Amino acid sequence: MLNELAHLGLTVALVVAVLGTVIPLVAARLNYLYWMRLAPVLSVLQFLLVAFAFVILTLAFIRSDFSLSVVLLNSHTLKPTIYKIAGVWGNHEGSLLLWVLILTLFAACVAWFAKNLPPSLLARVLGVQSAISATFLSFLLLTSNPFSRVDFPPFNGQGLNPLLQDPGLAFHPPFLYLGYVGLSVTFSFAIAALLEGKVDASWARWVRPWTLSAWVFLTVGIGLGSWWAYYELGWGGFWFWDPVENASLMPWLISVALLHSAIVVEKRDALKAWTILLAILAFGFSLIGTFIVRSGVLTSVHAFANDPERGVFILLILVIFVGGSLLLFAFRAGSMESKGVFATVSRESALVVNNLLLVVSCFVVFVGTVWPLVAELISDRKLSVGPPFFNIAFTPLIIGLAIILPIGSTLPWKRAKHRNLVKLWPLIIFCLASVGLLWTIQTGRSLLGPIGMGLGVWLILGVLVELYQRTGRGRSKFLRILRLPLSDWGKAVAHAGLGVTICGVAGLTAWQVEDIRIMKVGERFEIATFSLVLDSVEDDTGPNYFTTMATIKLLRNERLISTIYPERRYYPVADMQTTEAGIDSNFLRDVYVVVGEPQPEGGFAVRTFIKPLANWIWAGAIFMGLGGFFSLLDRRYRVAHSSQNKLKETAS
Amino acid sequence: MTRIFLALFFVAWAGSVPAVEPGEVMSNLLLEERARSISKSLRCLQCRNESIDESNSGIASDLRVLVRTRLADGDSDQEVVSFIVSRYGEYVLLRPNGKGINFILWLSGPFLFLVGIFCLYLVRSKANNTSVPSPLTDQEEEKIKKISLS
Repeated sequence: MLNELAHLGLTVALVVAVLGTVIPLVAARLNYLYWMRLAPVLSVLQFLLVAFAFVILTLAFIRSDFSLSVVLLNSHTLKPTIYKIAGVWGNHEGSLLLWVLILTLFAACVAWFAKNLPPSLLARVLGVQSAISATFLSFLLLTSNPFSRVDFPPFNGQGLNPLLQDPGLAFHPPFLYLGYVGLSVTFSFAIAALLEGKVDASWARWVRPWTLSAWVFLTVGIGLGSWWAYYELGWGGFWFWDPVENASLMPWLISVALLHSAIVVEKRDALKAWTILLAILAFGFSLIGTFIVRSGVLTSVHAFANDPERGVFILLILVIFVGGSLLLFAFRAGSMESKGVFATVSRESALVVNNLLLVVSCFVVFVGTVWPLVAELISDRKLSVGPPFFNIAFTPLIIGLAIILPIGSTLPWKRAKHRNLVKLWPLIIFCLASVGLLWTIQTGRSLLGPIGMGLGVWLILGVLVELYQRTGRGRSKFLRILRLPLSDWGKAVAHAGLGVTICGVAGLTAWQVEDIRIMKVGERFEIATFSLVLDSVEDDTGPNYFTTMATIKLLRNERLISTIYPERRYYPVADMQTTEAGIDSNFLRDVYVVVGEPQPEGGFAVRTFIKPLANWIWAGAIFMGLGGFFSLLDRRYRVAHSSQNKLKETAS
Repeated sequence: MTRIFLALFFVAWAGSVPAVEPGEVMSNLLLEERARSISKSLRCLQCRNESIDESNSGIASDLRVLVRTRLADGDSDQEVVSFIVSRYGEYVLLRPNGKGINFILWLSGPFLFLVGIFCLYLVRSKANNTSVPSPLTDQEEEKIKKISLS
């Protein structure tokens, strides 16, 4: 009964979404203030209806209601409750419902927080947002209904894939979706601005918190996914250039570009049309990502042709929204006149170069991701595009970005003088020297490690130098640093975070040490400066799995540093084996141990990695997210809101 | 990540144990290092987007052994790779070659970058020609007078 109610709720939500599209957009066009006021109500209503359906689906998972086919296919009574809940979005239908839930949540947030927007802009933003949720709700109801029933429900379900029975599932998809879908707000603002024909500094201020929060979620989501893959998959990679990962990286890159160009709109009244275009592209790439992930098109063209219903539907959504908005952009972009002028050497220019590099890098990822498909369609060649391609094509762009970052962020707006650059010379020399030093220490290896470390140090020190410069002269120097606006702190922390991540990636890829061997209980071996002793291997039972757990002692200079417990688990319901790596982490390195098959001659295959600076990769992502968060708290955006309020009060 | 993704949305995935087995490792360390770097650039035929170095499927193991046998027989890296490509097709290459229409793949990034630079140059030179700010309107002159008087 509840399930049917929830299904009905989704259907009503679709109707409300259609109304929420038509009424506000028409009202805004005809300037009917009264009807425009309906927009927030309709948006909140959509959210409540979808939230109701989501709660019911979650309850069905918790209660193990196997009359729903989604629950039957993805759950099991023995599964721990947290994975029953997380299992709601561990499948196609449920994760799409989460997508729509977040979409309507963002629209409701706009309705709640942005009351001081001009009424026509608010109505248009919510109208566009409702149009998106209308299409996705119909996609959900027509092709992927989470509430479809089974005729004869069996006593137990088929269980969730063991790889997903991990806290990672509880956090990674929601964060990623908050990021993906958050970009829809930016998109709606861009379309609304095109409809209004007006983009100015206050528009940029209104959009910025939404873009920032979407970006923060996306950053954290990608970071979490990468960390999950690192510890769960058993060989300790952190990025595989997989189509699914690329699908999340592309909107991330564009939203970084967008954040930077929106600053130019806000502060210097330039780059308006370009910023609008980026806002459209950012959400466009979110949709492309959804298409890639949901349609199965990249597994093979044929898999797509066999079950084309979902894929074609999303492709249609993609074409309508991206195509339509680009068309609108082509008609209206001419009216966005930028007034701000700037010299060739200025912060604006540096940000333009930043945008160019980010967009090109996104384009490279995009071409690489869809190329197997394109090549098969055009010339019937079956080929692969893997990590080696992306490493060659993508890395130089990021190196370029990292090189210009500290220079650009210390340049003044509008016109820079020569002496602005001179200040950074000692830093450049220092970084080059450290690259050279590292290179000579590690004889005969690739240059990647030293260059990456040099760049990371360059970024981090660049941030420190910039903060120092901002303090000015005199006694109150360090008090001034504390009084810097939060957005400046945000910028500093996020940029330093990028530096930390680059250091981590460089350290891990260049100086990883690896060892594979057969070990019997009691045996000992040396790797790098460590000794490992296989103490024991014991069988045990978990809530819904059997485990073989090894106890490995990690020694350095004959002193016990820690004990590592790598596991091999067997999940009977799915008849699957998983490995749980044993990891000893600290500031400078991870020791990563995986236990493999028992060998016929006795003993176990043991794989050990020393991964230098591994934690820095994710620490950097956390810094970037924190930076975005600080920036989000900046007074400027709240002041912008309250001053609008005052204006309204005085007007009325 | 592929496996997590596959697990998320498609099929059950058989086992996930470390790929290279101890029995496969060559005693000659130099050859082994070459074998590892070759097998990182070859794709497992059975899996989605995993190299044979990472994959634990049967065919990946066979291919790893094949790579090592050829290396032990004195083949160069290039010969090993082209031998495997001649058997299994260019699908196994994780780093696609530049033949035929693949030049588009390899050159699209640099091309877009150059186009971007060119566009910036055009915009710049246009801006330089028109960078003289428009003269103040009469109203603005009035305002300035008021301000400077007050």
